[in-house]
Amino acid sequence: MSTVWFVLTRLARDRSALIGLALIALLVLAAVAAPLLATHPDDVFELHPSERLRAPSSTHWLGTDRMGSDVYSRLLFGARITILIGLIAVGASLIIGVPIGLVAGYYHGWVSDALMRVSDIFLAVPQVVLAIAIAQTLGPSLPNVILALSVTYWPWFARVVYAETRAVQKEAFIESTAALGASPWRLTVLHVLPNIASPIIVRSSIGMGFTILTAAALGFLGLGPPPPTPEWGRTIAESREFLPDAWWYAAAPGLAIFLTVMGFNLLGDGLRDVLDPRLRRSPARDG
Amino acid sequence: MAELLSVRGLRVDFATDRGPAQVLDGINLDIAPGEVVGLVGESGCGKTTLARAILGILPQGAARLRGGEVRFRGTDLLTQDPAVVNEQVRGRAITFIPQDPFTSFSPLFPIGAQIMDLMKWKSPRARGQARPAALFGRYPRARRRADREAVLEILRAVQIPEPARALRRLPHEFSGGQRQRLMIAMALLPEPDLVIADEPTTALDVTIQAQILRLLRELVKARGVSVLFTTHDLGTAHELCDRIVVMYAGQEMEAAPTDAFFGRPAHPYTRRLLDSVPGPDGLIRDIPGEVPSLVAPPPGCRFHPRCDHATAECRVERPAPRALTDGHEVRCHHPVDSPAGGSG
Amino acid sequence: MRLLALALRRLLWFVPTLLGLLVITFVISRVVPADPVALVAGETATPAQIEALRRDLGFDRPLPVQFVDYIARLARGDMGVSLFTRRPILDDLLQRLPATIELTVAAMVVSILIGIPLGVLSALWRNSAFDHALRILTVSGLAIAGFWLGIMLQLLFSMRLGWTPLNGRLPGYPPTHITGLYLVDAALTWDWATFGVALRHLALPAATLAFPALATLVRFTRAGVLDVMQSNFVLYERAMGLPRPLIVWKYILRSALTSTVTQIGLLLGILLAGAVVTEAVFDWPGIGTYAVSSIVLSDYNAIMGFTVWAGAIFIVVNLLVDLAQTLVDPRERAT
Repeated sequence: MSTVWFVLTRLARDRSALIGLALIALLVLAAVAAPLLATHPDDVFELHPSERLRAPSSTHWLGTDRMGSDVYSRLLFGARITILIGLIAVGASLIIGVPIGLVAGYYHGWVSDALMRVSDIFLAVPQVVLAIAIAQTLGPSLPNVILALSVTYWPWFARVVYAETRAVQKEAFIESTAALGASPWRLTVLHVLPNIASPIIVRSSIGMGFTILTAAALGFLGLGPPPPTPEWGRTIAESREFLPDAWWYAAAPGLAIFLTVMGFNLLGDGLRDVLDPRLRRSPARDG
Repeated sequence: MAELLSVRGLRVDFATDRGPAQVLDGINLDIAPGEVVGLVGESGCGKTTLARAILGILPQGAARLRGGEVRFRGTDLLTQDPAVVNEQVRGRAITFIPQDPFTSFSPLFPIGAQIMDLMKWKSPRARGQARPAALFGRYPRARRRADREAVLEILRAVQIPEPARALRRLPHEFSGGQRQRLMIAMALLPEPDLVIADEPTTALDVTIQAQILRLLRELVKARGVSVLFTTHDLGTAHELCDRIVVMYAGQEMEAAPTDAFFGRPAHPYTRRLLDSVPGPDGLIRDIPGEVPSLVAPPPGCRFHPRCDHATAECRVERPAPRALTDGHEVRCHHPVDSPAGGSG
Repeated sequence: MRLLALALRRLLWFVPTLLGLLVITFVISRVVPADPVALVAGETATPAQIEALRRDLGFDRPLPVQFVDYIARLARGDMGVSLFTRRPILDDLLQRLPATIELTVAAMVVSILIGIPLGVLSALWRNSAFDHALRILTVSGLAIAGFWLGIMLQLLFSMRLGWTPLNGRLPGYPPTHITGLYLVDAALTWDWATFGVALRHLALPAATLAFPALATLVRFTRAGVLDVMQSNFVLYERAMGLPRPLIVWKYILRSALTSTVTQIGLLLGILLAGAVVTEAVFDWPGIGTYAVSSIVLSDYNAIMGFTVWAGAIFIVVNLLVDLAQTLVDPRERAT
């Protein structure tokens, strides 16, 4: 527990990490309190064609879109989509990737090679490309986007866990205690788990950023949840034909994406700075 | 006696998590022309810091120069224009032999390229010429040829086989001992007045340490070059040095010609140090107590907490240098007069 | 000699990876919930017509057979036919490839030429105002959605300021075809008017694409340089009074670059991923827009073709990068 405290205090000294945390808090607040914070909460579904494409004003803080809906309110509800996609996709990648990495790291035979080869294949191609193929195939919807993202992101976790497991195995004491009769599997897991905690945490934060960007790209290309879901990427795509006049229509969601991803990246960087050197206890391990 | 190098009252602090560590506390040091001076002390006593401070390559963020002067041939290097010091003193009048020959060459360039880069800028034949631009400056062909000859000659002197072919090789193709010989060669090529060697054999096998050191002494004596040689090994100091200076916790304690140092040590610390070297009876006589923290060092003489002869004076005021006999100086309020063997 | 052995070893890795990719894309393409054949046949098709089409397209055979056939055809260079245009996909891709290459190469050149020096300076002037400003820029570079950046740049430079054209690669006739890269061709044929026009069209898309790559490169170079600055050989060179520019731009940079070369693989990933959306935003006639239009038309074959292509290119380039790394670091050659 003292490690957690130590990490938190060190993190608190890192100004950019704090900014990142603040941005993420903002995102969460927007998502959770959307119905309360939105000025026009019904605009997620309702249309007001007579008010389309109005510039930002006191009633519509960020203007209205092509359906006359309040951009600001839809943005807040879009935050829910964003967080949902990010959390589930990264979570699923973690759940898939960590066990695979553990198994691949623990065993040394063809099983391990095969698993790592598969993960290499997924890593060999840019995530967007595969995600497009998958999302296109399955059809544009929220679950499909999440699926596409999870399926393409798990190798990052698998790789990290694999490296760590192998490193722990190399340490001599595993062999000696195994010779004494202790179960090497149990030992490996027991010693790997605390050490993978930090790279997993770092990768999760950075992964949220990547995933949200990829999700927005998919939304932009029309592969995301269909209207009237106020997904940020799709909103930007919709706004294009009304530029340059209705600039707020495109600027707002883009800025939201930017701040969100920036938040996760800053936090991830800060976590990496604090966690990596701290938990590198064994001098025998290469970084 | 015109000293080549004269350090007075040098103070250096290092920034640490717990506050500034007073790594050097008013060091005095003299080196005469053609003299091999050994700087002896335990790890952490500040000898490497002193060497680097003289060269002017302390780590920029962490180290802070607090005071003192480093007079080289009469001029204080610390107050001179840094650009001038970098160009005319470093790598010219004062050269360096690093501790770790394994990592002191760039692994990506053949050693010939690295040595010739040094020659381009620091060759004795270049003195007084206009400065070429750093990256694209011309290297006059005649001088380059002369320099190359000098390089080959000194490679032969340090016993590198087939010097011409060696120049084309990468550093990792040489053994540690060979790389250190190359370092010695590079230190002597600019025809310096002073070579600062920072524990030059610590990273090498015991079997070749003596070889390398003897080679170094031979070469510098032949050329009349002074050497400041840091080490924690009394044996090597005894064999190679004309004079020895011993340091403890950032303060220099005693400076004496080698014979006097080992035969008639005056400082209690020196005596304890000499005693602690295991003798033929195999007994280990440690110095009781611990090396003090440099963040909150003991005032006055920093050895006083562990010294049998300490008095109130020692705890308050750091002793001034006191000359005993020819070239034998000690900084102690109660230097011991009797010869070594009686720890009275 | 050793280089050859290394190349062969890497090639051996390349084949199963490519095969694996093909398996994945094939599986994806056949996992379609909706019947692709019915989609192609259209709403008015009768079941009989759909069945006929299915046989025609070979979708009625067992999956493993289809896969083997797929591989066999790929080996011959036949990627199938676009479900909609009925033209060979390979031809479509090849025709559009030069445009994507030009865009990607331009972006890469820009990011390298600007990114590496900035990274070095950022490391030298660590924690200065310059370093902090650059830090903000690089963090932004990785947080900005590429397509949004492109749209914003369009908004500013094309729509509001009118400095650059809105989209497309070149109005009117392209220069004489030598490489298919308009800038190169125009320069080679001394057609500077066309060169200028092509350049103005390339400017915004290349800048958009380069931005995240630039950010990454600056970061890695900075980290690499800071790391190398701690090295003992740098200490030695400082102790011996070598001129600072020499130490930095010859010795430090060279060491830092050996790790940067590996990043080029990463860079290419970023560029390729970005190319798809960037081309979409600027209507750049490359394989990215081909992918996008195929998405819109639900042309599964084309999407798969694109995926395989993009994947293969990426794998090949990574292979080349691996080889390049052994060239760059002479120590690797010796092992």
